[in-house]
Amino acid sequence: MLEIKIIKEEKYSILHLEGEVDASNSVELDSSIQGLLEEGESGILVDACHLEYISSAGLGVFMSYLEDFQERNIKLVIYGLKEKVFQVFVILGLDKLMDIKNTKEEALEEL
Amino acid sequence: MKQKLRLYCNTDQLVNLRQFLDLELKETTLTEIDSLQVILAVEEVCANLIIHSHDCNPTEFIELYVLRKNETIIFEIKDYGRGFNIIEYQEPNIDQVLKTKRKGGLGIMLVKKIMDKIEFESNGTKNTCRLFKNL
Repeated sequence: MLEIKIIKEEKYSILHLEGEVDASNSVELDSSIQGLLEEGESGILVDACHLEYISSAGLGVFMSYLEDFQERNIKLVIYGLKEKVFQVFVILGLDKLMDIKNTKEEALEEL
Repeated sequence: MKQKLRLYCNTDQLVNLRQFLDLELKETTLTEIDSLQVILAVEEVCANLIIHSHDCNPTEFIELYVLRKNETIIFEIKDYGRGFNIIEYQEPNIDQVLKTKRKGGLGIMLVKKIMDKIEFESNGTKNTCRLFKNL
């Protein structure tokens, strides 16, 4: 079960993820990010405080945007990852490739 | 301990797989972080079979057996269909995944990093993948 909420702030959007991302619902994550891009959003904070699980399907969604984001100067920062979920990013070395912060305040400084 | 779960080939079943594995792993000494990683590795293999070997056909199924042997927990995943030889499969590296913007390829990488040993055998119709995790 995955619930995605988008909160629009003046200069950025927050993508709030709750539950579990797997192969059955990663397409929802993909289309949410895609939607924000189409609206011209240049700063995306991913609130992962309530994310309990992510499989490669979800990680792959983030990975697929990384180069595009760099080229287009779009920032995506993930914050609030639980340790057990963060460790999945670490296994693949994604903690080195992606912008991951502990708190929303730290994430905002990246924008 | 030998438990069995039959999973029909629909990705909506993955949540049931996680619940089943969570109960099985609660009986071990694995930490929460290690348990989640083991669940992830087993799910990656099952999701791969459901999606790529069985085209998400919900009338087909795969079977998972969980066995304990001394200090090792073994996950045996059986399916009938065109096999996927996880050992021969050359997963891409992270740079290739980034460059090609492909959304796949990370799953098998995770399985190989998380599990202590992997076996695959096939007789042409029945394929068995065994994942070993030392406790």
